[in-house]
Amino acid sequence: MRSRFTAAVAVALACSPAFAQGEAFNRADTAWVAVSTILVLLMTPALSLFYGGLVRRQNVLSTMLHSFMLMGIGSIVWLVLGFTLAFGKSNGWLGGFDYLFGQNLSSTQPYGTQTIPAMLFFLFQMMFAVITPALISGAVAERMKFGAYVLFVTLWLILVYSPVAGWVWNSDGWLFKLGALDFAGGTVVHLASGVAALAASIALGKRRALTHGEPILPNNLTMTLLGAGLLWIGWIGFNAGSALAIDGISMVAFTATQIGAAAGLLGWLLCEKIRTGKPTALGAASGLVAGLVGVTPAAGFVTAGGALIIGLAAGVLCCLAVTWKNRLGYDDALDVVGVHGVGGALGAILTGVLASPLANPLVNDALAKGRMGLVTSQVIGVVAVGIYSFVLTFVILKIVGAVSGGLRAEPEGEDTGLDLALHGESGYNL
Amino acid sequence: MVKIEALIRPQRLEEVQEALRELSVGGMTVTEVRGMGHQRGVTHTYRGSTYTVNLVPKLKLEIVVPKERVDEVVEAIVQAAKTGEVGDGKVFLIPVDGAVRIRTGERDVAAL
Repeated sequence: MRSRFTAAVAVALACSPAFAQGEAFNRADTAWVAVSTILVLLMTPALSLFYGGLVRRQNVLSTMLHSFMLMGIGSIVWLVLGFTLAFGKSNGWLGGFDYLFGQNLSSTQPYGTQTIPAMLFFLFQMMFAVITPALISGAVAERMKFGAYVLFVTLWLILVYSPVAGWVWNSDGWLFKLGALDFAGGTVVHLASGVAALAASIALGKRRALTHGEPILPNNLTMTLLGAGLLWIGWIGFNAGSALAIDGISMVAFTATQIGAAAGLLGWLLCEKIRTGKPTALGAASGLVAGLVGVTPAAGFVTAGGALIIGLAAGVLCCLAVTWKNRLGYDDALDVVGVHGVGGALGAILTGVLASPLANPLVNDALAKGRMGLVTSQVIGVVAVGIYSFVLTFVILKIVGAVSGGLRAEPEGEDTGLDLALHGESGYNL
Repeated sequence: MVKIEALIRPQRLEEVQEALRELSVGGMTVTEVRGMGHQRGVTHTYRGSTYTVNLVPKLKLEIVVPKERVDEVVEAIVQAAKTGEVGDGKVFLIPVDGAVRIRTGERDVAAL
């Protein structure tokens, strides 16, 4: 839907002064998407602070490194194979090799009907590919072998993320053609990683400390709060930048993002106040992330009122969802399933319910089959991506486990902490 | 000589130090410790998961004094550290056989 939209804009702007003489791209749009690309890059170090503060002190570096590794691996995999599998000429399921190793990416000509250079679109999308597998790392924290993690995220990017990004965002992708709406990656980024986190928690099993009933206390929640704040800032680029232009739609997305985060923060605290009587700082940090996850697929399609409802619903539902793991028995260490899986699915479905032509005229097209038709498309998207990601993640982990002699660190190493056992360093030498 | 080992609430340290200064007690060693006694642990809640931490933070003060000063020093510590609530801590008295000041080689009470 993005390219249908940008096609119209391209025609309108072709004669406007924003296009400098003889240039095929719009400089204002290009400047905005370049800034957004930097903002989305910021989200990965922000995520490492968010996750890093939540684990026990003996695992702070190994957990932060899980996110940092993706800035290395994700960038290279996206250059070599990821972008072309997602955005090459697609048969609906997988892109061809037109952009293998970054070939044919123009620094002056747009991709498809966009108004920014193809190379910038490639970079913007790269930052999404960097952060998505890093989100999963919260589920495997404090127990996964490092080599197995590196192999896992590499394969996951190639076999899960890249195809799914193509399904939803490539104009030939099957979910794109079905009319499913995903403005900035509710299904591609959050649902896919949240479901993968569930498969990974099950494949890895519980942390030894949890089995032994030892208390697992966060080492530094001040770091987690700082990380959450930086994620919020970066998320403006993630959502408003996904308009791929600086225009009315990007303003709608900007507004929805801000309101969604705010409502998520308040929703989670309200839920805590009612459940336990004590609103927490960690709850505020988690709630704003839940609100942002929920509003991501909806950002460019809903009014501020719609975003308020989605943010609140995500804050409350995710606050309840993070306790399910205790009852169901999987060890999703940092609640990736409860926040990104549940928030991603909720956001995708509510996008179908609340998408409004008042926010974005394109919603009229999406509503061609009626409101129920749109909601059905959204549900199909959630189910298809959910099942695909769950099954593939499980299979990848089985293969990785066989190749690397198990997914888990040695029991002694897990007990002393992965920082020393796997990396020979420690975060706090006091 | 007697070693006075006092386990106190961390927030009472200033008061105890002040009381000891008034008695001109010259030296003390302070250690951050955790312990359990009649005071119950504290409950932490992180995203709905609760953990009870049974060991509560305390400070351990170690002060060696000549036998004849023990009563007044202990009394001063008890008065300064007391809040009247459960968890105020304890004082233990341990006989000390000898002492040496490393710099000068002075022994026993002269070394304190």
